[in-house]
Amino acid sequence: MKMRKIVSVLLATAVTVGMLAGCGSGNGSSDSSSANTPSGTQAQAKGKVYYLNFKPEADEYWQKLAKDYTNETGVSVTVLTAAAGEYEKTLKSEMAKSNAPTLFQVNGPVGLAGWKDYCYDLKGSDIVGNLTDDSFTLMDGDKIAGIAYVIENYGIIYNKDLLKKAGYSADDITDFDSLKKVVEDITRKKDQLGFSAFTSAGMDGSSDWRFKTHLANLPIYYEYKEQGINNTDAIKGTYLDNYRQIWDLYINNATCEPTALSTKTADDATADFVTEEAVFYQNGTWEFNNVADIGEENLGILPIYIGMDGEENQGVCTGTENYWCVNSKASEDDIKATLDFMNWCVTSDTGVESMCKDMGFVIPFKANLESENVLVNEANKYMENGKTPVSWNFSTMPSEEWKNGVGSALTSYAADQTDENWQKVVTAFIDGWAAEAAASK
Amino acid sequence: MEKAIKRYMPIFVLPTFCAFILGFIIPFLMGIWLSFCKFTTVTDAKFVGISNYIDALNDTVFRHSFWYTVLFAIISLLVINVLAFALAMALTQKLRGTNIFRTIFFMPNLIGGIVLGYIWQLIFNGILEKYQTALGLNEWYGFWGLIILVSWQQIGYMMIIYIAGLQSIPGDVMEAAQIDGANRWQRLWKVTIPMMMPSITICMFLSVTNGFKLFDQNLSLTAGEPSKMSEMMALNIFNTFYGRTGWEGVGQAKAVLFFILVVLIGVLQLRSTRSKEVQQ
Repeated sequence: MKMRKIVSVLLATAVTVGMLAGCGSGNGSSDSSSANTPSGTQAQAKGKVYYLNFKPEADEYWQKLAKDYTNETGVSVTVLTAAAGEYEKTLKSEMAKSNAPTLFQVNGPVGLAGWKDYCYDLKGSDIVGNLTDDSFTLMDGDKIAGIAYVIENYGIIYNKDLLKKAGYSADDITDFDSLKKVVEDITRKKDQLGFSAFTSAGMDGSSDWRFKTHLANLPIYYEYKEQGINNTDAIKGTYLDNYRQIWDLYINNATCEPTALSTKTADDATADFVTEEAVFYQNGTWEFNNVADIGEENLGILPIYIGMDGEENQGVCTGTENYWCVNSKASEDDIKATLDFMNWCVTSDTGVESMCKDMGFVIPFKANLESENVLVNEANKYMENGKTPVSWNFSTMPSEEWKNGVGSALTSYAADQTDENWQKVVTAFIDGWAAEAAASK
Repeated sequence: MEKAIKRYMPIFVLPTFCAFILGFIIPFLMGIWLSFCKFTTVTDAKFVGISNYIDALNDTVFRHSFWYTVLFAIISLLVINVLAFALAMALTQKLRGTNIFRTIFFMPNLIGGIVLGYIWQLIFNGILEKYQTALGLNEWYGFWGLIILVSWQQIGYMMIIYIAGLQSIPGDVMEAAQIDGANRWQRLWKVTIPMMMPSITICMFLSVTNGFKLFDQNLSLTAGEPSKMSEMMALNIFNTFYGRTGWEGVGQAKAVLFFILVVLIGVLQLRSTRSKEVQQ
């Protein structure tokens, strides 16, 4: 009997202790990457780096880069990658921990608003000195809260070979009217050619950002440009008719019926493009690895024309929504280690090689290498030819709610293309903007 | 023996109790505190009073999701319980293969809500495509889609509880009723159902709270499309928390309101069905 008592007490204790230990061990494991540090350099490594990465497609390379850095300097670097579309959620929970990320990113002014209390002032740091242009900083008043680390382009990616089969070349497309002419001609000859003009404009969550965010950038860009502003609390929607024109063109000349759009995913669109069922695919330079299957020599990128005056001088959309921020609430040592790591990434041979070649980035730093990404090079041609790139203004969109509102309205409109339904897009765009701008606090 | 168990109660309860405090009590109290705060991360909050509650109650989408959820909970409660009870009755008859059928009806319950949502989304959209429409284009398609989905998922589970209840009805009571001349219908209403009240209480409690708390199926099946019209309360709270900068506290306030609502409905429902339970 006595034995049983002792055993039961022991068991209960063991379970409790085991459980508590299980909960607590999370903190310790993040340091494990320092285990393979050469013993000679370990002594000088004081701080550590914890990077919360935004780009799942680059995760593999960041992990490798982190290891290389640790081997070289002895500073422990942990890289955690958030799943696609889950960055804000992951960041919110990671930042609440005692071992919070020391390096994270925001998408622009609106993203910064939520995190500005956590952004270390980067003024005077080495990495800022390496930027090719001051416009790549993200300012919060006088404070440099973030710096861009990658410059990307998006537009209408096209298949040169298919376009030729349809009897056209990219030179035939210089504005919205000529784009429309080519697209509608392809649709007319669809059965004979065996392919459509556009890939499915999927409004599934994996793909709808291409339209509710990236395509919506164009009317916003022209409105900002006309008024000479770069942010607003009340959008006027001056160019929403142009937005409608291009959206009509996308959905009525695609591989699928407009009513089926709400179910189409990003993978569907990519598949349409790589299986050569469509000529045009609105996406960006980051998509290169996924579309390279059709042959690099076959890839080209066109600006998104929406029917503006003088748009034959418009280039592709060039900008960034990736700003690095350093966590100001981290310890002094960690901040220093993080700044060193960032600078190493964009100046050392290993770092630059990895970012430019492996990850395929164009980095806005002096050490940038020439890209092997065909889409990037194609996009750069527009700039070399003196076309004006369209800036990325979608980081000024007031909230995720706004984007979702516009996206839902676009989907409903696609299924039933009446003026009444377009009016709902307009309402979501203009009234939604004002409401969301007022709601953000 | 019973005395010994009583004496060692604290020790046996300790592991679960610690887990309960860490996993439930602390987050719950923190959650209530945070609903009065403005915050970005949960460990760094600033007290702002009841403004979050004012914003939450002024949110028309939240009010819409409330009515949508209430309607959903009522209909799913009826559909699930009626069908589960009927199945339980059928599968306690002396028929061949009842065990196989019980297993088959129970199986959907073993699949996670997110997976179910995506699978049913494919099925529904595959059918709706023939009619040139899709699940995300009409809130009522989403509504009935969700009803079908949760019925398919939960009927089997409730059925098992009802079967257990049916099997515990003593045979002599039924026999006595039969000898007294009660027909099938009378036996069902006057004997079986009153004897089954404990099972009915628990099944109704489970399905009504499940109906209110439904989240993963909603997220994966409709994601609130079109324009948040098929967004239920739990999903609305989630979207409020992450949808706008600075609205984390409002999401938290909605969650507290939601908690009070679910507890209230749960208690009322338990009371009303408990009072109908009979002593065997």
